[in-house]
Amino acid sequence: MSKHVVAALKDFPPGSRKLMMIDGRPIAVFNIKGELFALLNRCPHQGGSLVDGHLTGLVEAPEPGRYRYSRPSEILRCPWHGWEFDVRTGKSWCEPSRIRTRAYEVAVEVGQQLVEGPYVAETFSVTVEESYVVVDA
Amino acid sequence: MNVQVPVREDGFVTTQRIAIADCDIHPYPKSLEKEVYPFLEKRWQRHVETYGVRPRQGYQRGPAYPKGQPDASRRDAYPPAGGRPGSDLGFMRLQHLDPNNVRLGILNPLRNGQGLQNQDFAGALCRAINDWQIAEWTSKEPRLKASIVVPYEDAVASVREIERRATDKTFVQVLLLSRSAEPLGQRRYWPIYEAAERAGVPVAVHAFGYGGYPVTGGGWPSFYVEEMVGHAQCSQSVLTSMVLEGIFVRYPKLRVILVEAGFAWLPPLAWRLDKLWARMKDETGLERLPSEYIRDHVWLTTQPMEEPDTRRHLADTIEWIGWDRLLFATDYPHWDFDDPARALPLPISDAQRHNLFFANAQAVYSLG
Repeated sequence: MSKHVVAALKDFPPGSRKLMMIDGRPIAVFNIKGELFALLNRCPHQGGSLVDGHLTGLVEAPEPGRYRYSRPSEILRCPWHGWEFDVRTGKSWCEPSRIRTRAYEVAVEVGQQLVEGPYVAETFSVTVEESYVVVDA
Repeated sequence: MNVQVPVREDGFVTTQRIAIADCDIHPYPKSLEKEVYPFLEKRWQRHVETYGVRPRQGYQRGPAYPKGQPDASRRDAYPPAGGRPGSDLGFMRLQHLDPNNVRLGILNPLRNGQGLQNQDFAGALCRAINDWQIAEWTSKEPRLKASIVVPYEDAVASVREIERRATDKTFVQVLLLSRSAEPLGQRRYWPIYEAAERAGVPVAVHAFGYGGYPVTGGGWPSFYVEEMVGHAQCSQSVLTSMVLEGIFVRYPKLRVILVEAGFAWLPPLAWRLDKLWARMKDETGLERLPSEYIRDHVWLTTQPMEEPDTRRHLADTIEWIGWDRLLFATDYPHWDFDDPARALPLPISDAQRHNLFFANAQAVYSLG
Protein backbone atom coordinates (compact mmCIF):
# COMPACT_ATOMS: atom_id res chain seq x y z
CA MET A 1 0.00 0.00 0.00
CA SER A 2 1.19 3.46 -0.82
CA LYS A 3 -0.46 6.81 -1.05
CA HIS A 4 -1.44 8.19 -4.43
CA VAL A 5 -2.52 11.73 -5.17
CA VAL A 6 -5.32 11.24 -7.69
CA ALA A 7 -6.91 14.67 -8.17
CA ALA A 8 -7.07 18.22 -6.97
CA LEU A 9 -10.06 18.55 -4.65
CA LYS A 10 -11.43 21.49 -6.67
CA ASP A 11 -11.77 19.12 -9.67
CA PHE A 12 -13.66 16.57 -7.62
CA PRO A 13 -16.80 18.26 -6.25
CA PRO A 14 -19.53 16.56 -4.19
CA GLY A 15 -21.64 14.29 -6.40
CA SER A 16 -18.79 13.46 -8.75
CA ARG A 17 -17.06 10.13 -9.31
CA LYS A 18 -13.98 9.02 -11.21
CA LEU A 19 -12.46 5.77 -12.38
CA MET A 20 -8.71 5.72 -11.66
CA MET A 21 -6.02 3.25 -12.63
CA ILE A 22 -3.70 2.98 -9.63
CA ASP A 23 -0.75 0.62 -10.00
CA GLY A 24 -2.73 -1.26 -12.64
CA ARG A 25 -5.83 -1.59 -10.48
CA PRO A 26 -9.12 0.03 -11.50
CA ILE A 27 -10.39 2.01 -8.50
CA ALA A 28 -13.67 3.93 -8.34
CA VAL A 29 -13.52 7.12 -6.25
CA PHE A 30 -16.70 8.87 -5.13
CA ASN A 31 -17.28 12.26 -3.54
CA ILE A 32 -20.54 11.83 -1.65
CA LYS A 33 -21.64 15.09 -0.05
CA GLY A 34 -18.05 16.07 0.59
CA GLU A 35 -16.98 12.69 1.94
CA LEU A 36 -14.64 10.57 -0.18
CA PHE A 37 -14.82 6.82 -0.78
CA ALA A 38 -12.75 4.45 -2.93
CA LEU A 39 -13.65 0.90 -4.01
CA LEU A 40 -12.02 -1.62 -6.32
CA ASN A 41 -13.99 -1.13 -9.54
CA ARG A 42 -14.88 -4.78 -9.98
CA CYS A 43 -18.07 -6.31 -8.71
CA PRO A 44 -17.10 -9.54 -6.91
CA HIS A 45 -20.15 -11.27 -8.40
CA GLN A 46 -19.50 -11.06 -12.15
CA GLY A 47 -17.14 -8.16 -12.65
CA GLY A 48 -19.52 -5.26 -13.34
CA SER A 49 -17.97 -1.78 -13.36
CA LEU A 50 -19.00 -0.28 -10.01
CA VAL A 51 -18.19 3.30 -10.98
CA ASP A 52 -21.23 3.07 -13.30
CA GLY A 53 -23.48 1.98 -10.43
CA HIS A 54 -26.36 3.84 -8.88
CA LEU A 55 -25.89 5.38 -5.42
CA THR A 56 -28.94 4.76 -3.31
CA GLY A 57 -29.82 4.37 0.35
CA LEU A 58 -30.66 1.56 2.70
CA VAL A 59 -34.24 0.34 2.78
CA GLU A 60 -35.17 -1.81 5.74
CA ALA A 61 -38.53 -3.22 6.72
CA PRO A 62 -38.98 -4.32 10.35
CA GLU A 63 -42.33 -5.81 9.33
CA PRO A 64 -44.53 -5.90 6.22
CA GLY A 65 -45.88 -2.44 5.40
CA ARG A 66 -43.33 -0.50 7.47
CA TYR A 67 -40.21 0.79 5.76
CA ARG A 68 -37.23 2.77 6.92
CA TYR A 69 -34.94 4.60 4.50
CA SER A 70 -31.56 5.61 5.82
CA ARG A 71 -28.01 6.37 4.76
CA PRO A 72 -28.94 8.08 1.47
CA SER A 73 -26.26 7.78 -1.26
CA GLU A 74 -24.10 5.37 0.78
CA ILE A 75 -25.27 2.15 -0.87
CA LEU A 76 -23.86 1.44 -4.33
CA ARG A 77 -25.87 -0.79 -6.69
CA CYS A 78 -23.85 -2.66 -9.32
CA PRO A 79 -25.07 -1.60 -12.79
CA TRP A 80 -25.48 -5.23 -13.87
CA HIS A 81 -27.21 -7.56 -11.42
CA GLY A 82 -27.96 -5.01 -8.72
CA TRP A 83 -25.73 -6.35 -5.92
CA GLU A 84 -25.62 -3.60 -3.28
CA PHE A 85 -22.44 -2.51 -1.49
CA ASP A 86 -21.79 -0.31 1.50
CA VAL A 87 -19.41 2.37 0.17
CA ARG A 88 -17.78 2.59 3.64
CA THR A 89 -16.72 -1.05 3.79
CA GLY A 90 -17.07 -2.53 0.29
CA LYS A 91 -19.18 -5.31 1.79
CA SER A 92 -22.38 -6.39 0.06
CA TRP A 93 -25.52 -5.95 2.09
CA CYS A 94 -26.87 -9.47 1.46
CA GLU A 95 -23.70 -11.56 1.82
CA PRO A 96 -21.14 -9.31 3.49
CA SER A 97 -18.58 -12.01 4.27
CA ARG A 98 -18.60 -13.70 0.85
CA ILE A 99 -19.45 -10.98 -1.67
CA ARG A 100 -17.32 -7.93 -0.93
CA THR A 101 -15.13 -5.60 -2.90
CA ARG A 102 -11.98 -3.93 -1.66
CA ALA A 103 -12.45 -0.54 0.04
CA TYR A 104 -9.49 1.86 0.19
CA GLU A 105 -8.71 4.73 2.51
CA VAL A 106 -9.13 8.15 0.93
CA ALA A 107 -8.13 11.45 2.49
CA VAL A 108 -7.90 15.11 1.59
CA GLU A 109 -4.42 16.51 2.12
CA VAL A 110 -3.19 20.02 1.62
CA GLY A 111 -0.40 20.63 -0.86
CA GLN A 112 1.97 21.76 1.89
CA GLN A 113 1.96 18.24 3.41
CA LEU A 114 2.19 16.50 0.05
CA VAL A 115 5.24 18.36 -1.10
CA GLU A 116 7.05 17.05 1.96
CA GLY A 117 5.56 13.57 2.19
CA PRO A 118 6.37 10.30 0.40
CA TYR A 119 3.55 10.73 -2.11
CA VAL A 120 3.26 9.90 -5.78
CA ALA A 121 1.68 12.50 -8.06
CA GLU A 122 3.03 12.48 -11.55
CA THR A 123 0.04 13.37 -13.68
CA PHE A 124 -0.33 16.92 -12.48
CA SER A 125 1.65 19.37 -10.45
CA VAL A 126 0.94 19.82 -6.75
CA THR A 127 0.93 23.30 -5.36
CA VAL A 128 1.33 24.18 -1.72
CA GLU A 129 -1.90 26.16 -1.45
CA GLU A 130 -4.41 23.65 -2.77
CA SER A 131 -6.03 20.49 -1.36
CA TYR A 132 -5.77 17.07 -2.98
CA VAL A 133 -7.51 13.69 -2.95
CA VAL A 134 -5.15 10.96 -1.75
CA VAL A 135 -5.96 7.25 -2.08
CA ASP A 136 -4.08 4.70 0.04
CA ALA A 137 -3.92 1.73 -2.31
CA MET B 1 3.47 7.04 -13.93
CA ASN B 2 1.17 4.95 -11.81
CA VAL B 3 -1.94 7.12 -11.63
CA GLN B 4 -4.04 7.55 -14.75
CA VAL B 5 -7.47 8.95 -15.22
CA PRO B 6 -8.64 6.82 -18.14
CA VAL B 7 -11.09 8.04 -20.72
CA ARG B 8 -14.32 6.12 -20.38
CA GLU B 9 -13.57 3.72 -23.21
CA ASP B 10 -10.52 2.38 -21.41
CA GLY B 11 -12.77 0.84 -18.80
CA PHE B 12 -14.13 -1.60 -21.40
CA VAL B 13 -10.86 -3.04 -22.54
CA THR B 14 -9.87 -6.05 -20.53
CA THR B 15 -7.48 -8.90 -21.16
CA GLN B 16 -7.53 -10.76 -24.47
CA ARG B 17 -10.61 -12.93 -24.50
CA ILE B 18 -11.51 -16.05 -26.46
CA ALA B 19 -13.76 -15.62 -29.49
CA ILE B 20 -17.39 -16.17 -28.62
CA ALA B 21 -20.81 -16.46 -30.18
CA ASP B 22 -23.43 -14.50 -28.27
CA CYS B 23 -26.80 -16.09 -29.01
CA ASP B 24 -28.99 -13.46 -27.34
CA ILE B 25 -28.44 -9.77 -28.10
CA HIS B 26 -31.35 -7.33 -27.90
CA PRO B 27 -31.36 -4.42 -30.35
CA TYR B 28 -33.90 -1.61 -29.97
CA PRO B 29 -34.92 1.07 -32.45
CA LYS B 30 -33.83 4.60 -31.52
CA SER B 31 -37.49 5.34 -32.11
CA LEU B 32 -40.26 3.62 -34.06
CA GLU B 33 -40.85 6.81 -36.04
CA LYS B 34 -37.26 7.26 -37.06
CA GLU B 35 -36.13 3.73 -37.79
CA VAL B 36 -39.18 1.48 -38.25
CA TYR B 37 -41.72 3.76 -39.94
CA PRO B 38 -39.77 3.66 -43.22
CA PHE B 39 -40.75 -0.03 -43.42
CA LEU B 40 -44.30 0.35 -42.13
CA GLU B 41 -47.24 1.26 -44.35
CA LYS B 42 -48.85 4.65 -43.68
CA ARG B 43 -51.97 2.89 -42.48
CA TRP B 44 -50.07 1.22 -39.63
CA GLN B 45 -48.14 4.35 -38.78
CA ARG B 46 -51.50 6.01 -38.22
CA HIS B 47 -52.59 2.97 -36.21
CA VAL B 48 -49.63 3.37 -33.85
CA GLU B 49 -50.45 7.03 -33.34
CA THR B 50 -54.18 6.49 -32.84
CA TYR B 51 -54.42 3.20 -30.98
CA GLY B 52 -50.90 2.51 -29.74
CA VAL B 53 -49.09 -0.84 -29.65
CA ARG B 54 -51.37 -3.09 -27.59
CA PRO B 55 -50.07 -6.47 -26.44
CA ARG B 56 -52.31 -9.32 -25.40
CA GLN B 57 -52.25 -8.58 -21.68
CA GLY B 58 -55.30 -6.61 -20.70
CA TYR B 59 -55.51 -2.96 -19.84
CA GLN B 60 -51.91 -2.11 -19.23
CA ARG B 61 -48.95 -0.67 -21.02
CA GLY B 62 -45.47 -2.10 -20.87
CA PRO B 63 -44.40 -5.18 -18.96
CA ALA B 64 -46.48 -6.71 -16.16
CA TYR B 65 -43.78 -6.15 -13.49
CA PRO B 66 -41.33 -3.31 -12.89
CA LYS B 67 -37.91 -4.53 -14.00
CA GLY B 68 -34.84 -4.92 -11.77
CA GLN B 69 -33.18 -1.97 -13.50
CA PRO B 70 -34.62 0.79 -15.74
CA ASP B 71 -35.54 -0.58 -19.21
CA ALA B 72 -34.46 -4.00 -17.80
CA SER B 73 -30.99 -2.81 -18.77
CA ARG B 74 -27.47 -2.60 -17.46
CA ARG B 75 -27.15 0.91 -16.09
CA ASP B 76 -23.83 1.26 -17.85
CA ALA B 77 -25.36 0.44 -21.25
CA TYR B 78 -27.02 3.79 -21.99
CA PRO B 79 -25.28 5.15 -25.10
CA PRO B 80 -23.43 8.43 -24.38
CA ALA B 81 -25.10 9.94 -27.48
CA GLY B 82 -28.54 9.26 -25.96
CA GLY B 83 -31.28 6.73 -26.57
CA ARG B 84 -32.11 3.53 -24.76
CA PRO B 85 -29.62 0.69 -24.24
CA GLY B 86 -29.21 -1.47 -27.33
CA SER B 87 -30.14 1.30 -29.76
CA ASP B 88 -26.66 2.42 -30.83
CA LEU B 89 -24.55 0.02 -32.92
CA GLY B 90 -21.36 2.04 -32.42
CA PHE B 91 -21.68 1.90 -28.66
CA MET B 92 -22.61 -1.80 -28.75
CA ARG B 93 -19.37 -2.46 -30.64
CA LEU B 94 -17.37 -0.41 -28.15
CA GLN B 95 -18.92 -1.80 -24.98
CA HIS B 96 -19.72 -5.37 -25.95
CA LEU B 97 -18.79 -6.79 -29.37
CA ASP B 98 -15.13 -5.68 -29.37
CA PRO B 99 -14.01 -6.12 -25.73
CA ASN B 100 -15.85 -9.45 -25.34
CA ASN B 101 -14.54 -10.65 -28.72
CA VAL B 102 -17.99 -11.50 -30.08
CA ARG B 103 -17.47 -13.05 -33.52
CA LEU B 104 -21.10 -14.03 -34.00
CA GLY B 105 -24.04 -12.23 -32.40
CA ILE B 106 -27.67 -13.30 -32.78
CA LEU B 107 -30.18 -10.43 -32.68
CA ASN B 108 -33.42 -11.10 -30.83
CA PRO B 109 -35.56 -7.98 -31.13
CA LEU B 110 -38.24 -7.69 -28.44
CA ARG B 111 -41.29 -5.38 -28.45
CA ASN B 112 -41.40 -6.20 -32.09
CA GLY B 113 -45.00 -6.84 -33.07
CA GLN B 114 -45.22 -10.29 -31.49
CA GLY B 115 -48.09 -10.96 -29.12
CA LEU B 116 -50.14 -7.98 -30.27
CA GLN B 117 -53.89 -8.27 -30.10
CA ASN B 118 -54.47 -6.85 -33.59
CA GLN B 119 -53.24 -9.61 -35.89
CA ASP B 120 -52.87 -7.58 -39.07
CA PHE B 121 -50.89 -4.95 -37.21
CA ALA B 122 -48.75 -7.67 -35.57
CA GLY B 123 -47.86 -9.04 -39.01
CA ALA B 124 -47.04 -5.60 -40.43
CA LEU B 125 -44.86 -4.62 -37.47
CA CYS B 126 -42.97 -7.96 -37.42
CA ARG B 127 -42.23 -7.55 -41.11
CA ALA B 128 -41.03 -3.97 -40.58
CA ILE B 129 -38.81 -5.07 -37.69
CA ASN B 130 -37.22 -7.67 -39.96
CA ASP B 131 -36.45 -5.01 -42.58
CA TRP B 132 -35.14 -2.76 -39.79
CA GLN B 133 -32.73 -5.46 -38.58
CA ILE B 134 -31.12 -5.48 -42.02
CA ALA B 135 -31.10 -1.70 -42.47
CA GLU B 136 -29.76 -0.68 -39.07
CA TRP B 137 -27.79 -3.71 -37.90
CA THR B 138 -26.75 -6.63 -40.10
CA SER B 139 -25.93 -4.57 -43.21
CA LYS B 140 -23.59 -2.45 -41.09
CA GLU B 141 -22.09 -5.15 -38.88
CA PRO B 142 -21.27 -8.57 -40.41
CA ARG B 143 -20.79 -10.17 -36.97
CA LEU B 144 -24.52 -9.77 -36.29
CA LYS B 145 -27.21 -12.09 -37.65
CA ALA B 146 -30.95 -11.46 -37.63
CA SER B 147 -33.99 -13.40 -36.44
CA ILE B 148 -37.10 -13.85 -38.55
CA VAL B 149 -39.62 -12.23 -36.20
CA VAL B 150 -43.05 -13.74 -36.90
CA PRO B 151 -46.56 -12.91 -35.61
CA TYR B 152 -46.87 -16.44 -34.27
CA GLU B 153 -50.54 -16.30 -33.27
CA ASP B 154 -51.25 -16.07 -37.00
CA ALA B 155 -49.55 -19.09 -38.56
CA VAL B 156 -50.46 -18.12 -42.14
CA ALA B 157 -48.80 -14.70 -41.83
CA SER B 158 -45.86 -16.29 -40.01
CA VAL B 159 -45.25 -18.78 -42.81
CA ARG B 160 -45.41 -15.96 -45.35
CA GLU B 161 -42.75 -14.04 -43.40
CA ILE B 162 -40.49 -17.11 -43.08
CA GLU B 163 -40.76 -17.73 -46.82
CA ARG B 164 -40.02 -14.08 -47.56
CA ARG B 165 -36.76 -14.27 -45.60
CA ALA B 166 -35.78 -17.88 -46.29
CA THR B 167 -33.20 -17.15 -49.00
CA ASP B 168 -31.56 -14.27 -47.10
CA LYS B 169 -28.62 -15.70 -45.17
CA THR B 170 -28.73 -12.70 -42.84
CA PHE B 171 -31.60 -14.44 -41.04
CA VAL B 172 -30.47 -17.49 -39.10
CA GLN B 173 -33.51 -18.44 -37.02
CA VAL B 174 -37.24 -17.97 -36.53
CA LEU B 175 -38.05 -16.15 -33.29
CA LEU B 176 -41.02 -17.00 -31.05
CA LEU B 177 -41.77 -15.97 -27.47
CA SER B 178 -42.57 -18.53 -24.79
CA ARG B 179 -45.81 -16.97 -23.54
CA SER B 180 -48.25 -17.55 -26.35
CA ALA B 181 -52.03 -17.90 -26.53
CA GLU B 182 -51.75 -21.70 -26.37
CA PRO B 183 -48.84 -24.03 -25.55
CA LEU B 184 -46.45 -23.85 -28.50
CA GLY B 185 -46.67 -27.55 -29.36
CA GLN B 186 -50.32 -27.24 -30.35
CA ARG B 187 -51.38 -27.57 -33.94
CA ARG B 188 -52.24 -23.97 -34.66
CA TYR B 189 -48.46 -23.36 -34.61
CA TRP B 190 -47.44 -26.40 -36.69
CA PRO B 191 -47.24 -24.53 -40.01
CA ILE B 192 -44.51 -22.35 -38.48
CA TYR B 193 -42.40 -25.41 -37.67
CA GLU B 194 -43.03 -26.89 -41.09
CA ALA B 195 -41.88 -23.64 -42.76
CA ALA B 196 -38.80 -23.38 -40.53
CA GLU B 197 -37.84 -26.96 -41.31
CA ARG B 198 -38.30 -26.30 -45.02
CA ALA B 199 -36.19 -23.13 -44.80
CA GLY B 200 -33.52 -25.03 -42.86
CA VAL B 201 -33.44 -22.61 -39.92
CA PRO B 202 -33.93 -23.41 -36.22
CA VAL B 203 -36.82 -22.04 -34.19
CA ALA B 204 -35.77 -20.03 -31.14
CA VAL B 205 -38.24 -19.62 -28.29
CA HIS B 206 -37.23 -16.66 -26.16
CA ALA B 207 -38.62 -16.45 -22.63
CA PHE B 208 -41.26 -13.76 -22.14
CA GLY B 209 -44.19 -12.65 -24.28
CA TYR B 210 -47.85 -11.76 -24.01
CA GLY B 211 -50.13 -14.76 -23.83
CA GLY B 212 -52.60 -13.06 -21.53
CA TYR B 213 -51.96 -15.69 -18.84
CA PRO B 214 -49.76 -15.56 -15.74
CA VAL B 215 -46.19 -16.75 -16.11
CA THR B 216 -46.79 -19.47 -13.51
CA GLY B 217 -49.17 -22.38 -13.54
CA GLY B 218 -50.50 -21.18 -10.19
CA GLY B 219 -51.80 -17.68 -10.89
CA TRP B 220 -50.44 -14.16 -11.00
CA PRO B 221 -47.39 -13.75 -8.76
CA SER B 222 -46.71 -10.64 -6.67
CA PHE B 223 -43.09 -9.93 -7.52
CA TYR B 224 -40.73 -9.42 -10.46
CA VAL B 225 -38.42 -12.03 -8.97
CA GLU B 226 -41.23 -14.55 -9.36
CA GLU B 227 -41.54 -13.67 -13.02
CA MET B 228 -37.78 -14.09 -13.41
CA VAL B 229 -37.84 -17.65 -12.07
CA GLY B 230 -41.18 -18.23 -13.80
CA HIS B 231 -39.49 -18.10 -17.22
CA ALA B 232 -37.92 -21.49 -16.50
CA GLN B 233 -41.31 -22.90 -15.55
CA CYS B 234 -42.94 -21.45 -18.66
CA SER B 235 -40.23 -22.79 -20.95
CA GLN B 236 -40.64 -26.25 -19.41
CA SER B 237 -44.30 -26.11 -20.42
CA VAL B 238 -43.33 -25.05 -23.93
CA LEU B 239 -40.86 -27.90 -24.30
CA THR B 240 -43.22 -30.46 -22.79
CA SER B 241 -45.95 -29.38 -25.19
CA MET B 242 -43.62 -29.58 -28.20
CA VAL B 243 -42.41 -33.06 -27.31
CA LEU B 244 -45.77 -34.58 -26.36
CA GLU B 245 -47.70 -33.04 -29.27
CA GLY B 246 -45.23 -34.85 -31.51
CA ILE B 247 -43.78 -31.94 -33.47
CA PHE B 248 -40.36 -33.64 -33.56
CA VAL B 249 -41.98 -36.75 -35.07
CA ARG B 250 -43.85 -34.65 -37.60
CA TYR B 251 -40.86 -32.42 -38.45
CA PRO B 252 -37.82 -34.66 -38.02
CA LYS B 253 -35.28 -32.01 -39.08
CA LEU B 254 -36.66 -29.30 -36.79
CA ARG B 255 -34.22 -27.73 -34.33
CA VAL B 256 -35.51 -25.77 -31.35
CA ILE B 257 -33.45 -23.35 -29.24
CA LEU B 258 -34.80 -22.28 -25.84
CA VAL B 259 -33.47 -18.82 -25.07
CA GLU B 260 -33.04 -17.11 -21.70
CA ALA B 261 -34.73 -19.65 -19.48
CA GLY B 262 -31.64 -21.20 -17.87
CA PHE B 263 -31.03 -24.90 -18.31
CA ALA B 264 -30.45 -26.73 -15.02
CA TRP B 265 -34.14 -27.67 -14.88
CA LEU B 266 -33.90 -29.80 -18.01
CA PRO B 267 -32.56 -33.11 -16.59
CA PRO B 268 -35.29 -33.52 -13.91
CA LEU B 269 -37.99 -32.55 -16.42
CA ALA B 270 -36.74 -35.22 -18.82
CA TRP B 271 -36.58 -37.79 -15.99
CA ARG B 272 -40.20 -37.12 -15.11
CA LEU B 273 -41.29 -37.24 -18.74
CA ASP B 274 -39.48 -40.51 -19.37
CA LYS B 275 -40.90 -42.14 -16.27
CA LEU B 276 -44.48 -41.20 -17.10
CA TRP B 277 -44.05 -42.02 -20.78
CA ALA B 278 -43.22 -45.59 -19.81
CA ARG B 279 -46.61 -45.90 -18.11
CA MET B 280 -48.74 -43.67 -20.35
CA LYS B 281 -47.35 -43.74 -23.86
CA ASP B 282 -50.68 -44.92 -25.25
CA GLU B 283 -52.15 -41.55 -24.26
CA THR B 284 -50.03 -39.60 -26.75
CA GLY B 285 -48.86 -42.34 -29.10
CA LEU B 286 -45.31 -41.02 -28.82
CA GLU B 287 -42.96 -43.82 -29.85
CA ARG B 288 -39.61 -42.85 -28.39
CA LEU B 289 -38.58 -41.65 -24.95
CA PRO B 290 -39.24 -37.90 -24.53
CA SER B 291 -35.58 -37.41 -23.57
CA GLU B 292 -34.51 -38.84 -26.92
CA TYR B 293 -36.45 -36.19 -28.83
CA ILE B 294 -34.99 -33.54 -26.55
CA ARG B 295 -31.44 -34.76 -27.13
CA ASP B 296 -31.95 -34.85 -30.90
CA HIS B 297 -33.79 -31.58 -31.42
CA VAL B 298 -33.23 -29.13 -28.57
CA TRP B 299 -30.51 -26.57 -27.77
CA LEU B 300 -30.52 -24.07 -24.90
CA THR B 301 -28.81 -20.74 -24.36
CA THR B 302 -26.88 -20.45 -21.12
CA GLN B 303 -28.01 -17.11 -19.72
CA PRO B 304 -29.12 -16.52 -17.04
CA MET B 305 -26.74 -19.20 -15.86
CA GLU B 306 -27.71 -20.96 -12.64
CA GLU B 307 -25.19 -20.25 -9.85
CA PRO B 308 -25.15 -23.14 -7.35
CA ASP B 309 -22.78 -22.76 -4.40
CA THR B 310 -21.16 -26.05 -5.38
CA ARG B 311 -20.17 -25.26 -8.97
CA ARG B 312 -19.63 -28.93 -9.76
CA HIS B 313 -23.39 -29.38 -9.70
CA LEU B 314 -23.60 -27.12 -12.74
CA ALA B 315 -21.05 -29.31 -14.55
CA ASP B 316 -23.09 -32.42 -13.67
CA THR B 317 -26.15 -30.80 -15.18
CA ILE B 318 -24.33 -29.83 -18.37
CA GLU B 319 -22.93 -33.35 -18.57
CA TRP B 320 -26.49 -34.69 -18.80
CA ILE B 321 -27.69 -32.07 -21.29
CA GLY B 322 -24.54 -32.39 -23.41
CA TRP B 323 -21.63 -29.98 -23.93
CA ASP B 324 -22.70 -29.80 -27.57
CA ARG B 325 -26.20 -28.53 -26.74
CA LEU B 326 -25.59 -25.31 -24.84
CA LEU B 327 -25.13 -21.98 -26.60
CA PHE B 328 -23.45 -19.16 -24.73
CA ALA B 329 -25.48 -15.95 -24.50
CA THR B 330 -25.04 -12.65 -22.65
CA ASP B 331 -28.50 -11.01 -23.01
CA TYR B 332 -26.76 -7.67 -23.71
CA PRO B 333 -27.83 -4.97 -22.88
CA HIS B 334 -30.15 -6.34 -20.21
CA TRP B 335 -29.34 -6.15 -16.52
CA ASP B 336 -29.04 -9.91 -16.00
CA PHE B 337 -26.16 -9.95 -18.50
CA ASP B 338 -23.70 -12.87 -18.20
CA ASP B 339 -20.05 -11.86 -18.64
CA PRO B 340 -18.30 -14.48 -20.82
CA ALA B 341 -15.15 -14.23 -18.70
CA ARG B 342 -16.98 -14.82 -15.40
CA ALA B 343 -20.20 -16.69 -16.04
CA LEU B 344 -18.88 -20.25 -16.14
CA PRO B 345 -16.31 -20.65 -13.37
CA LEU B 346 -15.66 -24.32 -13.97
CA PRO B 347 -12.48 -26.19 -14.77
CA ILE B 348 -13.42 -27.43 -18.24
CA SER B 349 -11.39 -28.61 -21.19
CA ASP B 350 -10.48 -26.31 -24.08
CA ALA B 351 -12.70 -28.36 -26.37
CA GLN B 352 -15.69 -28.00 -24.04
CA ARG B 353 -15.08 -24.28 -23.74
CA HIS B 354 -14.74 -23.84 -27.50
CA ASN B 355 -17.97 -25.77 -28.11
CA LEU B 356 -20.05 -23.99 -25.53
CA PHE B 357 -18.77 -20.50 -26.31
CA PHE B 358 -18.57 -20.78 -30.08
CA ALA B 359 -18.70 -24.01 -32.07
CA ASN B 360 -22.16 -25.17 -30.96
CA ALA B 361 -23.65 -21.92 -32.28
CA GLN B 362 -21.80 -22.28 -35.57
CA ALA B 363 -23.20 -25.79 -35.92
CA VAL B 364 -26.82 -25.10 -35.00
CA TYR B 365 -26.94 -22.04 -37.26
CA SER B 366 -25.07 -23.86 -40.06
CA LEU B 367 -22.44 -21.10 -40.27
CA GLY B 368 -18.74 -21.37 -41.00
